[in-house]
Amino acid sequence: MNPVPSKSEVVLQVRHLSKSFGNVHVLKDITFDVYKGEIFVIMGPSGSGKTVLLKHLIGLDKPDKGEVLVHDKPVQNPEVMEKYRLAMVFQSGALLNSLTVGENVGLYLTEHRLKTPKEIEKIISEKLEIVGLSNVQNRLPADLSGGMKKRVAIARALVIEPEFILYDEPTSELDPMIAVTIGEEIVRLRDRVGATSIVVTHDRDLAFGIADRIAVLFNGNLLFIGTPDELKQNTNPDIQKFITAEFRFNKKNAA
Amino acid sequence: MFQSIGELIVLFWTTLRAFPALWRNRAKVLDQIFEIGNASLLMACILSLFIGGVLALQTGPVLVERGLGQYVGGMVGISMCKELAPVMMAILIAGRIGSAMAAEIGSMQVYQEIDALRTMNINPVHYLVLPRLVAISLVLPVLIIFSIVVGWLGGALVASFNHQISIGFQSYFANLRNLVHVRSVVGGLLKGLIFAMIIGTVSCHQGLHTLGGPRGIGRSVTKAVVNSIVLILILDYILTRLLMFAD
Repeated sequence: MNPVPSKSEVVLQVRHLSKSFGNVHVLKDITFDVYKGEIFVIMGPSGSGKTVLLKHLIGLDKPDKGEVLVHDKPVQNPEVMEKYRLAMVFQSGALLNSLTVGENVGLYLTEHRLKTPKEIEKIISEKLEIVGLSNVQNRLPADLSGGMKKRVAIARALVIEPEFILYDEPTSELDPMIAVTIGEEIVRLRDRVGATSIVVTHDRDLAFGIADRIAVLFNGNLLFIGTPDELKQNTNPDIQKFITAEFRFNKKNAA
Repeated sequence: MFQSIGELIVLFWTTLRAFPALWRNRAKVLDQIFEIGNASLLMACILSLFIGGVLALQTGPVLVERGLGQYVGGMVGISMCKELAPVMMAILIAGRIGSAMAAEIGSMQVYQEIDALRTMNINPVHYLVLPRLVAISLVLPVLIIFSIVVGWLGGALVASFNHQISIGFQSYFANLRNLVHVRSVVGGLLKGLIFAMIIGTVSCHQGLHTLGGPRGIGRSVTKAVVNSIVLILILDYILTRLLMFAD
């Protein structure tokens, strides 16, 4: 288990966040803190509001009520993005299909003119190497496998040198071996660049494997926040059902 | 409907305000110009040649019958530069380029590429809308000039070789020179510029507001083309009236 980082510094605060789409209440009065350098996993079944919550954390969606504060400033404040740098790894990778892998990874630096083209090229190679990819700079995203796309998306996030990396279902659609590699990558990156990681997933193995703390979301309600061990001991029937669900299919009866 | 019109105005205004970022995006503008020109030049050529030809074919015999055959050149010339070239080219571009813009931006919206841009602090209006709007506004007037010239040529060919008309090239173009003034051409180009802004804004707006999956993209493409054409035809009437006052 990963050591729980110091709780002295709260870097992200979610306060009474609520969001509805029409009559559907997707998030109901969500409140929690995220500490500097921790891997904070948000777990829950499909449709529980995890991705919507993640979009609020990075400022892509506006809440109906409540707020998200990064270092005590609202996440929508343009200064927050520039100063603290939040990067997101999307579930699909969300690579720009018209650009090559190299152009995708270097997009942030190219668009903001932060480095010379030669320096950008060097950074692209470095970041791709960190995620275990090489000689893919000139390939198009359409030519990559699902796992490679996710790694390129992580490399693109790293270029920002983020203080926060948000991952949306990083292991979905991946085979178990690549899922483990991605999980290890998340931990390695946290250790290497010191970024605070917020991971949304319904993959129990990933959550228990990498999390410092886990939050469980159920029908838009935050049911639990704590360490993986505390979660395993929690007696809430919904949580137990979710974390212990397994196939109990009886072939004889079915026949 | 009023909400969409409001959003269109806001998007257009936001794009105008992004103009200081144009120089930084010049490579994207050039890419778009190349793409638009490449996709439409041949079509524009064929369309204009036949429009000019049909104009001469429809009006020539009637004018010749009434002893006004020498006016075929002027007739084709004015129709092409004041009305047909701007409107037909705008409709062609709305179908060919507006649909492609809506589809490309729409799929970027659906597959979260635009969200990814936002998380990198890259403004989608600067990155996607501005280069397209500038490129289409530069290309459409050029295509209109091209269309006018090819249309005149198409008319001249039919006027010369159709036995019911038989007006020589020289007399066709002499009459055209007499009747077509520079301001007629400039008026047509002005219309084209405004139509280009309409097509660019409507198509990018539809793309950015795409919801759902592939079906949503299809819906956006259809809306982009239909709304552009409707707005082009309505504005064409208003602009024609305004240009008549200016004459």
